[in-house]
Amino acid sequence: MSLLELHDVSMIYGSVKALQGIDLTVEKGEWLALMGPSGSGKTTLMNIIGCMDKASTGSIVLDGVDFTDVTAGNLTMLRRDKIGLVFQQFHLIPYLTAVENLMVAQYYHSMPDEQEALLALERVGLKERARHLPSQLSGGEQQRVCIARALINYPMLILADEPTGNLDETNAKLVLEFFQQLHREGHTIIMVTHDPKVAELAERCIVLEHGRIANRKDRRIVCREEEVS
Amino acid sequence: MTKMTKYSMYTKMIWNALLRRRSRMLIALLAVAIGATVVSGLVTIYYDVPRQMGREFRSYGANLLLTPAGDQQVMMQNLVANATALLPSDKLIGIAPYLYDRIKLNEQPFLVAGTSFQAVKKVSPYWQIRGEWPADQSEDIVIGAEVAERLEIEPGQQVTLAVAGSEAEKKVKVAGILRTGGSEENFIFLDLTLLQQMLKKEGVISIAQVSITANETELNTLTQQIGEKVPGMEPRLVKQVTQSEQTVLGKLQALVYLVTIVVLLLTLICVATTMMAVVTERRKEIGLKKALGAENRSIIFEFLGEGLALGALGGLLGTVLGFFFAQAVSVNVFGRMISFQPLIALLALVVSIAVTGLACLVPVKIATEVEPAIVLRGE
Ligand SMILES: Nc1ncnc2c1ncn2[C@@H]1O[C@H](COP(=O)(O)OP(=O)(O)OP(=O)(O)O)[C@@H](O)[C@H]1O
Ligand SMILES: [Mg+2]
Repeated sequence: MSLLELHDVSMIYGSVKALQGIDLTVEKGEWLALMGPSGSGKTTLMNIIGCMDKASTGSIVLDGVDFTDVTAGNLTMLRRDKIGLVFQQFHLIPYLTAVENLMVAQYYHSMPDEQEALLALERVGLKERARHLPSQLSGGEQQRVCIARALINYPMLILADEPTGNLDETNAKLVLEFFQQLHREGHTIIMVTHDPKVAELAERCIVLEHGRIANRKDRRIVCREEEVS
Repeated sequence: MTKMTKYSMYTKMIWNALLRRRSRMLIALLAVAIGATVVSGLVTIYYDVPRQMGREFRSYGANLLLTPAGDQQVMMQNLVANATALLPSDKLIGIAPYLYDRIKLNEQPFLVAGTSFQAVKKVSPYWQIRGEWPADQSEDIVIGAEVAERLEIEPGQQVTLAVAGSEAEKKVKVAGILRTGGSEENFIFLDLTLLQQMLKKEGVISIAQVSITANETELNTLTQQIGEKVPGMEPRLVKQVTQSEQTVLGKLQALVYLVTIVVLLLTLICVATTMMAVVTERRKEIGLKKALGAENRSIIFEFLGEGLALGALGGLLGTVLGFFFAQAVSVNVFGRMISFQPLIALLALVVSIAVTGLACLVPVKIATEVEPAIVLRGE
């Protein structure tokens, strides 16, 4: 059984068809890159997969749970238990320290556990910065805290929307190394990116255009540099 | 490092939201504190006004008269002591006995009143004396301004007192001349005992004026008691005084009451606006918490928690400041200190928390409507 299955998923905002007839299957342990021009529906798709928005039509099965018709409350529960989120803008709570930011995620999930949160920070190399506020951390460090937070509740699926979009090359490299490590450990990752070099790290790449998954020969964006040749 | 409970994480989040966002929260805190200050101050004044004004009103003269019962012209002085025993001593300002009669001053007939100058000073503080009050134990007298004008007498002058039908004469000094704007200006005042001796009316008085801090109801009760328990005496209220006191008090209290309501409303609006700004400013944070799996209930608890903590802190601060505010008003306006009222302090605190809670309702509702999807969108 696949981890995630989308059938004929569409998302319509008034007159804007943000997504149309998306069929997508993601296997456990897979790393999928999602590309496409601005406004093609990448974030919309991430929101639907991440249980943050309900699709207008279509069926979605995540980890054996069909959440096509679930209530908003159940969607919250699914999101809490199954999804880890990494954002382009980090979204750390500004008045809480790094370790407290991780504990908030534990708090909403089940029980805050400071020791475990500290261990998670140690994994991303930020043990020494645990008591610092986000404003006292660099962008790269903030993104590593964000990754640690995404992992803290052992999610089935990690969603990352342009995680390196706000980072310089060095920090981007460091963050991508973490994703590679996570992938090796067997995590399932869906990552939106504009950078073919980043997409290249993934096992599979799909491209969205005008709310549809583009065919390899029709699409204007290339996922892998070898495709150019 | 131990596992924390959910509760301690909750308080940690709330405290840090308040403490580490100090500049923002200070404004909200200030709004609550100022509101609480004014409200607790006003409520203190509201309850203290009758006491303060009651004393203040007593400077306008007697509000209770003790007169002889029936058609008697005079009564025995010791009846006054019997009546006094029935009055609450802590509220009694003074009792001035009077014996009225006629006397000749420098051969001219005048109205005379024997009294205790010590008591008059307390009961009728509005008496204005040109010259001096008679010294204690002296035989000096005070004469009304009309009398002084007619005879062209100045303070310090010697005059001769004589009782009609008696050869006895007494030379005394005019210590001061009295102005009240009333009928007192036609009188000659001397010590009660001296007059009693001259008239051979030892132990007899015509009337006693009582000044006591009490409202109309209390005065009516006292009057009834004296009437029943002291035969030969008929107590009477000075109606104009007591009734106008009640009216003025009522109006003052209504004014303070109104201002309190207005201040409460303003505080409500101010806190609501601040909390609204807080929620708007923290839309991203709310979206994030929801994306992390927070339920609406958690979001409500957190914002209400912050609001109520603000209310409690601001209320506490305001209650303390409010006491000093009321104290300052009392000292400057009434010239008197007030005592700390624990019940009013508690009330102010509870009202602050309730008002902040109320002010948070709409902002919290808006907070629950934030969509988690906004965190991925670059809004
Ligand atoms: N809440 C909304 N209401 C109306 N239209 C929306 C809403 N959210 C997204 N859209 C529209 O849906 C389309 C897809 O938006 P989406 O954010 O998914 O694009 P994207 O691929 O993530 O773009 P980018 O690379 O710029 O982030 C856009 O045309 C956008 O304007
Ligand atoms: Mg996007």
